[in-house]
Amino acid sequence: MKNPKQKMLLVSGSIAFMSILFTSCTPVKEYQKGRINDSEMVLGNRKIEKTELSFQSYREGASGANAGKSGGGCGCN
Amino acid sequence: MKRIFITGFALLGLFQYQLRAQNVAADSTSYQNKKLKVDEVNLVSSYYKQEGDNSAVTGGIGSEHLTDIANTIDVKLIKYGENGIKHTFDIEAGIDHYTSASSDMIDLSANSSASSSDIRFYPSLTYMRENEEKGRTFAAGVSSSSEFDYQSFGGNISFSQKTKNKNGEFTAKFQTYIDQLKLIEPIELRTYGSNGYDSANRNTFAGTLSYSQIVNQRLQVMIVGDIISQNGYLSLPFHRVYFADGTVHQEKMPDTRLKIPLGIRASYFLGDTFIIRAYYRYYSDDWSLKAHTADIEIPVKLSQAFSLSPFYRYYTQTGTKYFKPFGEHTAADEYYTSNYDLSKFDSSFFGMGMKFTPPNGVFGLKHWNTVEIRYGHYTRTTNMTSDIISLNIKYK
Repeated sequence: MKNPKQKMLLVSGSIAFMSILFTSCTPVKEYQKGRINDSEMVLGNRKIEKTELSFQSYREGASGANAGKSGGGCGCN
Repeated sequence: MKRIFITGFALLGLFQYQLRAQNVAADSTSYQNKKLKVDEVNLVSSYYKQEGDNSAVTGGIGSEHLTDIANTIDVKLIKYGENGIKHTFDIEAGIDHYTSASSDMIDLSANSSASSSDIRFYPSLTYMRENEEKGRTFAAGVSSSSEFDYQSFGGNISFSQKTKNKNGEFTAKFQTYIDQLKLIEPIELRTYGSNGYDSANRNTFAGTLSYSQIVNQRLQVMIVGDIISQNGYLSLPFHRVYFADGTVHQEKMPDTRLKIPLGIRASYFLGDTFIIRAYYRYYSDDWSLKAHTADIEIPVKLSQAFSLSPFYRYYTQTGTKYFKPFGEHTAADEYYTSNYDLSKFDSSFFGMGMKFTPPNGVFGLKHWNTVEIRYGHYTRTTNMTSDIISLNIKYK
């Protein structure tokens, strides 16, 4: 993303994509949620990923937006 | 490792005993449902090992060898109130034991110093109040993390509201961490005659907004954004920086940092066998670090009881403007670090997860119903590599 024009294009594209996605939703009733409720379909992090998410946040400059902790504890080694 | 397994088996026995007690109680009346009961227990153990030659403790050169053994237990208790409100208590405790070659070099002349290994203990407690009829959840939690030179206390509150048709959910969350660190300087920069270590504060405030939506019977997506503000002592006192003139200094970073990550997740059930889990995050902060993260995992259900999950994660970041390698900073630099975690690099993380859900339970214990093993290999373009293997045993 080198210039503001490209940034604007990307933001507009993302908003358009999300709008299309959310407006094309089909209502799903509780009894139809068999697949959605499968444990592998979860949108958050799973317990087994806890340590790898910690080391990624220590070894990389970026963190957050992954439904996890956003601070606390050093991990400075 | 032996101790981990002994602890694991002791816990298995303990919860099996509790389960029998609950089963006896469950046979009486529906009133028993109002009692607090164990809903889920997760035991997670991980072993992490890393290698590299760019330790920040020795100014961007030197061994990054590190091992970490992490064990956590997470117990979720639930209770329904008279008015149908669901109360959930999530109690978690974790303990890490790590050894670090770089920490050992705080004293360059020592063969082995006290800082070569340490233990971190991190308990947390979360309470959730859920009105299932209205689709409304309120949660609050506290946490702490303690190690020799670092103490952290955290608090969080969140509010979630489902849409009328319960296909969408909006969540707002606020987290804060109040940390205190001991200022352990590299040995050659210490002032002799002073008693003990000075300390400094580091505060973190994070606001999160997310929205998840079921698009159809097979697809759901979530968008999430954070604003994270940090202030206080954001350097690490034992990180050395060697200047071009050969002098050695402590790392020096600004005392504020504002981070803005934005992410999107999606899960799609393809046929009856494959699930595609995807994640993308864009990150930007005022230390001029920008990053992109893309992650894909494809769980394959080979049978009712067994699934395999190969995964791949790609990460790329620009370096912060305060980073320079060993011997390149000058006295003209206001802030300086030779910490390669803040340098420009790309990384790949890939591996495989295996999940067993035997119909008769793990080791024949009915409610210990899931065992999951996950291995991942991480490589970074700064020649750092690491491996991690994790085990999760679940009681439900």
